[in-house]
Amino acid sequence: MPSISRDEVAHLARLARLAVTDDELDLFAGQLDVILQSVATVGDIATADIPPTSHAVPLTNVFREDVVRPSLGQQQALAGAPAAEDGRFRVPRILGEEA
Amino acid sequence: MTADLTRATAAELAARIANREVSAVEVAQAHLDRIGEVDGAVNAFLHVDTEGALNAARKVDEDIAAGAHVGPLAGVPIALKDVLTTEGVPTTVGSKILEGWIPPYDATVTRRLKEAGLVILGKTNMDEFAMGSSTENSAYGPTRNPWDTDRIPGGSGGGSAAALAAFEAPLSIGTDTGGSIRQPGAVTGTVGVKPTYGGVSRYGLVAFSSSLDQAGPCARTVLDAALLHEVIAGYDPMDSTSIDAPVPPVVAAAREGANGDLSGVRVGVVTQFSGEGYQPGVLRSFEAAVAQLKQLGAEVVEVSCPSFDYALPAYYLIAPSEASSNLARFDAMRYGIRVGDDGTRSAEEVMSLTREAGFGPEVKRRIMIGTYALSSGYYDAYYGSAQKVRTLISRDFDAAFATVDVLVSPTTPTTAFPIGERTNDPMAMYKADLCTIPANLAGNAAMSVPSGLSDEDGLPVGLQIMAPALQDHRMYRVAAAYEVARDAALGAPVISGVPQLAGVAR
Repeated sequence: MPSISRDEVAHLARLARLAVTDDELDLFAGQLDVILQSVATVGDIATADIPPTSHAVPLTNVFREDVVRPSLGQQQALAGAPAAEDGRFRVPRILGEEA
Repeated sequence: MTADLTRATAAELAARIANREVSAVEVAQAHLDRIGEVDGAVNAFLHVDTEGALNAARKVDEDIAAGAHVGPLAGVPIALKDVLTTEGVPTTVGSKILEGWIPPYDATVTRRLKEAGLVILGKTNMDEFAMGSSTENSAYGPTRNPWDTDRIPGGSGGGSAAALAAFEAPLSIGTDTGGSIRQPGAVTGTVGVKPTYGGVSRYGLVAFSSSLDQAGPCARTVLDAALLHEVIAGYDPMDSTSIDAPVPPVVAAAREGANGDLSGVRVGVVTQFSGEGYQPGVLRSFEAAVAQLKQLGAEVVEVSCPSFDYALPAYYLIAPSEASSNLARFDAMRYGIRVGDDGTRSAEEVMSLTREAGFGPEVKRRIMIGTYALSSGYYDAYYGSAQKVRTLISRDFDAAFATVDVLVSPTTPTTAFPIGERTNDPMAMYKADLCTIPANLAGNAAMSVPSGLSDEDGLPVGLQIMAPALQDHRMYRVAAAYEVARDAALGAPVISGVPQLAGVAR
C-alpha cells in the first residue's frame, strides 16, 4: 500500500506551482494518503495483457481548410490580462537576479 | 399568471410564445422576477444578465411579429452553467482565479442557444472547475437544494439543477465529467442528460478533464430535455473530438416513449450498483421504477458489469491527471487574477502565489493527485492502470449492450445529504459519483430521470438510464415512457412536490 509523506506533498505542490501553507500541508498529506490508498485498487485488475484506453472515441488527426478566418483582435486578446503594456502581455521577470 | 409561466414546461412556453399568447419578454421577466424572489435562499445564480435576457426576448418577439420562422424553443429562458464562455458576460467556473473575467468569445453551446432564440438568464453556480458533488466547492458559496435548503443540490452542476427545481428557469445547461449533470438531477427531482461523448461541442467549455467532459441538457421533463438536446448537439469543427454524425433523434424518441409502450425493449439492471452503501429508500424507489418498466412491456434482466467496481478509483486518477495538465494554463499571465507581482518576484513565484490564492482546496488536491499519478515511477501503477480499467469498463458495456438495449441503476447511492456533512472527507464525497462514472469513462450516453421520493426522508431519487454511444434516443424513449407511468402512479409530477421556499410567496 502506498503512503505519502508531508515532504512528498510539499514536493508535489512545488511541481504544481502551488505555494501551499504549512497548515495545508498537514491537511493535504493525510487526505492525499487516504485517496491514493483507495485509488491504488485499480492495480488489482489492470493486468499486463489489457491495452490502455486514453479516450472513449478513437482519436484521429483533424485538419481544417488552410484559409484565413476571423480571430481575436489584439485588444480582445489582452482584455482579460492581469497586466498589459505596449499591446503585449506584461509578465514578471522570468530569470533570476544572477542568471 | 406569472407563477403559471414559471411552472410551465419549455415546450408549453415555446408554443405559447410562438402563437403570441404570451410574449417572450413577459416570460423572461417572470423568470427574472422569480430569481429576484428566491435566489437569495437558493444561490443558484452567480450572475443574472437581466439586460441581455430582455434584449434576446425582445428580438424573438420581433421575429415572431415579423412572421419569421423561429426554432422549437425560441423565447424560452435558460440558465447556463458558469463553465461555458459567454461573450461579454462573466465566466468564473466557480473559481476565484477567474473572478471578473469577461470572455471575448461564446462557447459553441452558447452560440447555438442564441441562434435558436433561447433567452439566457444568467450563469449558474458550480463546484470550482466542476470538481465536486455538492456545489460546496464553489468559491462563491454553496447552492441550496430547493427541496430542503439545509441540503446540497448535488454537484458540480448544483446551480443548474436547483434553478430548475426552484422554478427560476425551465431549462438549463450542465456539464458532466463524472456525473455532474445526472447526480444533481437525481437529488433535485429533475431530468439531467449526459449525451454521448463528442455529441455536444466542448469549444468554449473550460476544461477539467478533456476526455470525459460533456455538456448536456437539464430540464423538468424528458421532452424538454430532448428539445434542448437537439439545439445544442451536433458536429463542430472547433472541437477535434466532436463526432461528425447526425444527432440521434431524441425528440422523436421522447414523443414515441410518451405513448407508454416499451414492448420489445430489453432493460438490464446493473447488479453491481446496489447493496452496501446504498440508502434503502433509494433502492426501494429504484425497484419500483424497474417494476414500472416491466409493466410498460419492457423485458428486464440482471446484468453483471464486474469492472464497474473499479470505475470510481480509475476516475479519481484519470480526471485529476487530466486536470493537473489542463489547469496549468492558469498561470497568472494571460487572464484571471495575479497575486504578488511586486516588481521583485519572478514569474514562477507570482504563478505559485496566484494559484495558491486562486484555487480552492479540492482543486489543489486534484492537481496534486494528478501530478503524483503522472510522475515517473508512479505512472504505470496509477495512470497506466486506470487507463486499463477504462478498457475493461468499455468491454463490460459492450458485452451488456450485446444483450440489452439500455442499462439502469440508481443515479446516486443516497438522497441529498446535509450541507457540510462530507466537506472534510473527500472519499465520502467521491462516492456520490459511484454509479455515474462508468458512462463517462466509456463515453456512452446516460441520463437521470426522477423516480419519485425516498420513503424514509421524502427527498427525490433518480433513475439512471444508460445507452450505447450515439444511441441517446434509446434512453429518451425509455425515460419518457417511464415518466408517464410514474406520474400516473404518483398522481402528479415529482417536481410538483417541491415545498414552498421559506419566506417566499409561490
